[in-house]
Amino acid sequence: MNATSAQPATIALVVNGAAHTTSARTLAQWVDQQGLSPHAVATALNSQFVPRTQRAAQVLNTGDAIVTFQPIEGG
Amino acid sequence: MDTTNSSTTNTATNSSAADTWTLGGRTLQSRFLLGTAGYPSPAILQQAIAASGAQVVTVGLRRQLAAGAQTSAEGDFFGIIKATGAHLLPNTAGCRTAREAITLSHMARELFDTQWIKLEVVGDEHTLQPDPFELVDAARQLVQDGFEVFPYCTDDLVSCQRLLDVGCNILMPWGAPIGSGQGLVNPGALRTLRARLPGVPLIVDAGIGSPSDAVQAMELGLDGVLLNTAVAKALNPVRMARAFGLGIRAGRLGYEAGVMAKQDMAVSSTPVAGHPILL
Repeated sequence: MNATSAQPATIALVVNGAAHTTSARTLAQWVDQQGLSPHAVATALNSQFVPRTQRAAQVLNTGDAIVTFQPIEGG
Repeated sequence: MDTTNSSTTNTATNSSAADTWTLGGRTLQSRFLLGTAGYPSPAILQQAIAASGAQVVTVGLRRQLAAGAQTSAEGDFFGIIKATGAHLLPNTAGCRTAREAITLSHMARELFDTQWIKLEVVGDEHTLQPDPFELVDAARQLVQDGFEVFPYCTDDLVSCQRLLDVGCNILMPWGAPIGSGQGLVNPGALRTLRARLPGVPLIVDAGIGSPSDAVQAMELGLDGVLLNTAVAKALNPVRMARAFGLGIRAGRLGYEAGVMAKQDMAVSSTPVAGHPILL
């Protein structure tokens, strides 16, 4: 990567199967931008679970796939 | 409550004559574990949990359908469940591989703040029969990761033993396929599990249809019953929840009391020796 190039204002992601653009640079920022409480969802990036405590360090890159899970009823 | 009988054989899970027992490190009074899916309304779910007396309820996780979708319905659901004060037992429903189940278990631990996980890894789409190989692989890793694994398994003795070998402390053999309401299709296998695995908490999970099925499971000496559909899809889920709660208590008491041996022929219950012959 050319370290001198400016970062684009937004990057393209796939979120829960749908195309998505964001200005967030980390997973924690992305969760916050969605208006979600950090405790409301569990997150995975590129099929790997990312614990809540590691979201701030998880950098987002173009093409990343985010999946979020929420509590539901279950048997 | 009858507190006089202590003739139970399952010493590992009975802690006192007041019929408390220990499951996954927690002391419980109820042996009824209730699922939370498919109820007519959140209010009926709430009432059914209360009527059941269940202290453990199962919950699930779902991938959100759209970015940021935090629907009010799910928010209400979780609030209701938390308000019951019941212990939460998240499941890994829908997983087909150990890898999926392990990932989902970690998510569940974070979301529900519990080490408990009902481990489901399905191997057949039509019967939803657990895959014993993936189940053991997933259980091994999850135990190492610090989970208390409640594996939803078949009634096969050897695969149950393998689950214990990798560190499971609890087993949840099926009574019949999930949601089928067939009752205990193989009570002999459950009886074998009880006999061969004394001290291991055994929870019959899935397939229970009527309260009499639950009574049967408890009379076999199993330690608890987990069900969902039989209550959720009853005409009156709240009354059915109470019926199952009573049935599970009755079955447990019957087991502890010791069911009489069957006889081939009639055995007069009224003493007749010494009675005068009138005719």
